[in-house]
Amino acid sequence: MRERRGVFHGIDWVMIVIYLLLVFMGWINIYAAVYDQDHASIFDLSQRYGKQLMWIVASLLLGFVIILIDPKFFNQFAFLIYGISLLTLLFVLGFGKEVAGSKSWFQIGSFAIQPAEFVKFSTALALAHYLGNLGIKVDNLKATFYSALIILTPAALILLQNDTGSALVYVAFIFVLYRQGLSGNIFIIGFVFAALAILSLLLESAQAKLIMLALIFLMLGVAYLAMKHNIKNLIKLIGIFIIISAYVFSVDFAFSKLQPHQQVRIKVLLNMKDDPRGAGYNVNQSKIAIGSGGITGKGFLKGTQTKFNFVPEQSTDFIFCTVGEEWGFLGTSTVVGLFVVLLLRIVYVAERQRSHFSKIYGYGVASILFFHFTINVGMVLGILPVIGIPLPFFSYGGSSLWAFTILLFIFIRQDAERMQLL
Amino acid sequence: MIMRRDTYADRKYIIYGFFIVVGILFLIRLAYLQLFNDSFKLAADNNTRRDITIYPPRGLVFDRNDELIVYNEAVFDLMVIPNQLKPMDTLAFCKIVGISYENFVKRIKKAKKYSWRKASFFEKQISKEQTAYIQEKLYNYPGFYVQPNTLRKYPHPIAAHILGYIGEVNQKNLEQDSYYSQGDYMGKSGLERFYEKDLRGNKGVQKLMVDVYNREKGPFHEGKYDVAAQKGKNLYLGLDWIIQEYGEKLMVNKKGAIVAIDPKTGEILAMVTSTNYDPNLLTGRVRSKNYRILLKDTLKPLLNRALISSYPPGSTFKLINALIGLQEGVLHNGSRYACHNGFSFRGLHVGCHSHRSPLNLEESIQHSCNAYYCEVYRSILGNKNYANSEEGFRKWREYVTKMGFGVKYGIDLPSEKRGNIPKPEYYDKYYGKGHWNAITTISLSIGQGEILATPLQMANQAAFIANRGYYIAPHLVRAIGRPDSLNPRFTEKHYVGVDEKYFDIIVEGMSKVVSNGTARLARIDSVEVCGKTGTAQNPHGENHSVFIAFAPRNNPKIAIAVFIENSGYGGTWAAPISSLMIEKYLKGYISPKRSWLEKRMLEGNLLNVKKKDK
Ligand SMILES: [Zn+2]
Repeated sequence: MRERRGVFHGIDWVMIVIYLLLVFMGWINIYAAVYDQDHASIFDLSQRYGKQLMWIVASLLLGFVIILIDPKFFNQFAFLIYGISLLTLLFVLGFGKEVAGSKSWFQIGSFAIQPAEFVKFSTALALAHYLGNLGIKVDNLKATFYSALIILTPAALILLQNDTGSALVYVAFIFVLYRQGLSGNIFIIGFVFAALAILSLLLESAQAKLIMLALIFLMLGVAYLAMKHNIKNLIKLIGIFIIISAYVFSVDFAFSKLQPHQQVRIKVLLNMKDDPRGAGYNVNQSKIAIGSGGITGKGFLKGTQTKFNFVPEQSTDFIFCTVGEEWGFLGTSTVVGLFVVLLLRIVYVAERQRSHFSKIYGYGVASILFFHFTINVGMVLGILPVIGIPLPFFSYGGSSLWAFTILLFIFIRQDAERMQLL
Repeated sequence: MIMRRDTYADRKYIIYGFFIVVGILFLIRLAYLQLFNDSFKLAADNNTRRDITIYPPRGLVFDRNDELIVYNEAVFDLMVIPNQLKPMDTLAFCKIVGISYENFVKRIKKAKKYSWRKASFFEKQISKEQTAYIQEKLYNYPGFYVQPNTLRKYPHPIAAHILGYIGEVNQKNLEQDSYYSQGDYMGKSGLERFYEKDLRGNKGVQKLMVDVYNREKGPFHEGKYDVAAQKGKNLYLGLDWIIQEYGEKLMVNKKGAIVAIDPKTGEILAMVTSTNYDPNLLTGRVRSKNYRILLKDTLKPLLNRALISSYPPGSTFKLINALIGLQEGVLHNGSRYACHNGFSFRGLHVGCHSHRSPLNLEESIQHSCNAYYCEVYRSILGNKNYANSEEGFRKWREYVTKMGFGVKYGIDLPSEKRGNIPKPEYYDKYYGKGHWNAITTISLSIGQGEILATPLQMANQAAFIANRGYYIAPHLVRAIGRPDSLNPRFTEKHYVGVDEKYFDIIVEGMSKVVSNGTARLARIDSVEVCGKTGTAQNPHGENHSVFIAFAPRNNPKIAIAVFIENSGYGGTWAAPISSLMIEKYLKGYISPKRSWLEKRMLEGNLLNVKKKDK
């Protein structure tokens, strides 16, 4: 009993309170999104909000149980948990149920579960275990290679399930690696390559691409004039040019390998395709719904855009829309604020950890939440392509709520332990 | 754990920065959308939107000469959206629509049960005139509006079983195909059902803004989100509506079926079933009432006898055994068998009528001799090439199946029966393995016993004999969408496994049947008709009569089977009706010399024939 009281004493209530607020607001907005007069009871288990309530209760229990578990458990068994989660991914590839083109669900009776959701925290655990226990810095090739292996294996398996959105989430771990010493150039290189990718998609004809490459060649030439005139620099610049050229022409090939609906989404975002009824429809409707909310919103259950089925996926990926329409700018800025505060808090708490494992895991948690938050809200606001990933704690769905709860609560548990370590 | 100096500690500030920058970017974007941009607000002001489903016109149906046989008539549906209803003068409204107050309450309740915010049908298929009247008053009644729809109409009241009917979708249809929504119509039988996906087209949606007074305020977003309806594809049938209608007239007061096929293409020229009904009875608001009446009728007018009823084919099947015998080499034109009023073997006797004896093959067809075919059948099963009569029977059955008996053709209608050709296992079970042979199954030789065939299969028999050895699966729809876009389902030639040369003698026999045999009533001036009569024993009453034929003998244009229940001998009713159909199709008129026969056929009533005492 003594120790248990100690555990609850050390808990970071800021994170818990924000978590509870987000979950509650999510539930209220799911209710509003699927509300109709025929099933007005918010506890109606045949409706999504009733089910979400069930899942919320289960999540709270889950969080409570995690608080009771010895924190060393997660460190010691990190690789085991990681291994098991990879096996379930393999299993779902073989025996999973296909939903909307991606084979990523297990169906047990009427109950469907999406294993990919749970691999996020196991990957964060494994990475923290690998980097943390040895205090490894990711500033050498070996550490970079092993870290990448840990991160990219589940991403590849999820990609095989045709679930591009969930696979992309693993990009988020770049932040963890960066914090642990990966060169900051990674962001600059990433930015340059992303810009090149967009440019080469926009310039559809081969001719235009050649002109672009010619310009790049000129720029590199100017750079050479500014540098020391030696063979080494020359070779370096020529190498860069060759890599860029190969990349520009391989973008089209990679793009053609995407699923057709994803191609359309990207084209719509780049304004290459005016398609308000098709792929652009969701986003356009979502912007109308949010924009119509004004400062204070139309009021709870008063939204017309989300109610009349204008916005698809309104209780899952587009839940932020409902907030915008019914609660206005006050509501949306509150949600954005809560997320940013939560993310800052997680990093702050991570930095106060004594154990490398806890700290790196904390960064993993922050990275995953940050990525989901950015992609989801960016998509709803029409500034990022439509990638179907949920808003953490908010969107309808048992698997994702549970997975995010586990992810966060393991960290809260690790943090509560820091007092014991003193 | 030993802490190493953290050289990268400062990087946390960059990460903090990332989070804050993204947060600020989102807030700026939100401010732009929610505070400084009115266009989004205007797009979703307090008006309500109304989605009008645009029902595309269903595809039309034409006959082989491009005569329109199914078209659409414009009607309107009155729709209701419960959560847009306002307090109103209910009684006045009931009067306008022409319903009782109780009915009104019931319908509103039903609509609310379906959905508060989605439109339900309140009253369906209102005529154009009444709609104009209702629409004038509708501004008083928010929540109600009319939307156009169509109704099937048939300019010629024929071919009800082929065309089928449409009806409202049921729960099962809704679950199976997300295209449909409550209250939609779909093909429920016949071609309407088989070609539903072609005929229905694609529904469209028109999104309108509506103000609080239920007035349409024009398209939502200039119609940017509307979806245009695509009209259904037309069907072009192989059917000839003139002989279809003629056949239906000939079959009045008779039970049975006529199937006529163009042997070259497999297109069905006419498919008559009797008794039948006027297709206009099963359309629109009168449908369910009439359907119940037709369902109760003891003459079974809803049954498509041409596809569903199976009968013993009787003597027409002798041609099949002759063809098998010839191909197997156990029968030649010169083969002669004696007949003394039938076939006798160890106490078994199959009777025959009086004729001269012995007969050769050609004459056996002409006179339809039973004994001859008992011998033919015996020699097929007793063929030395096969180990025993079971093996011989298997070979026989293989031929029969290849000739289109005991199988389905995959005709383009929802239901089709395969008839029955018994399997050896059936006799094994009945007699015990090795305890049966040609004699125990001798009735198969003359098309009796366990053999059952549908009128369609018998017409197909006439078709492959007309083609001297192959058939194309019989079908109704020649082309879909455009008259020249041929139905790809039906092009394959099915060879029946008998060489062309063996057909000459069979055809010669069939020609003699008409010119100087059992079907002399089927003779037509200037056209050489080849046919074969049959009589199917009916334990429940007067025998059924059957006649299969094709004409002209060379380069045949029509193959036909006529099956008439309780009409006795095949030559009396089935043969003349066949010949009238053939004459009408080939010449376009009935020669005055035969008008007495036509009259007799049209007026004949065989519905109440009792079994004759023997
Ligand atoms: Zn005889």
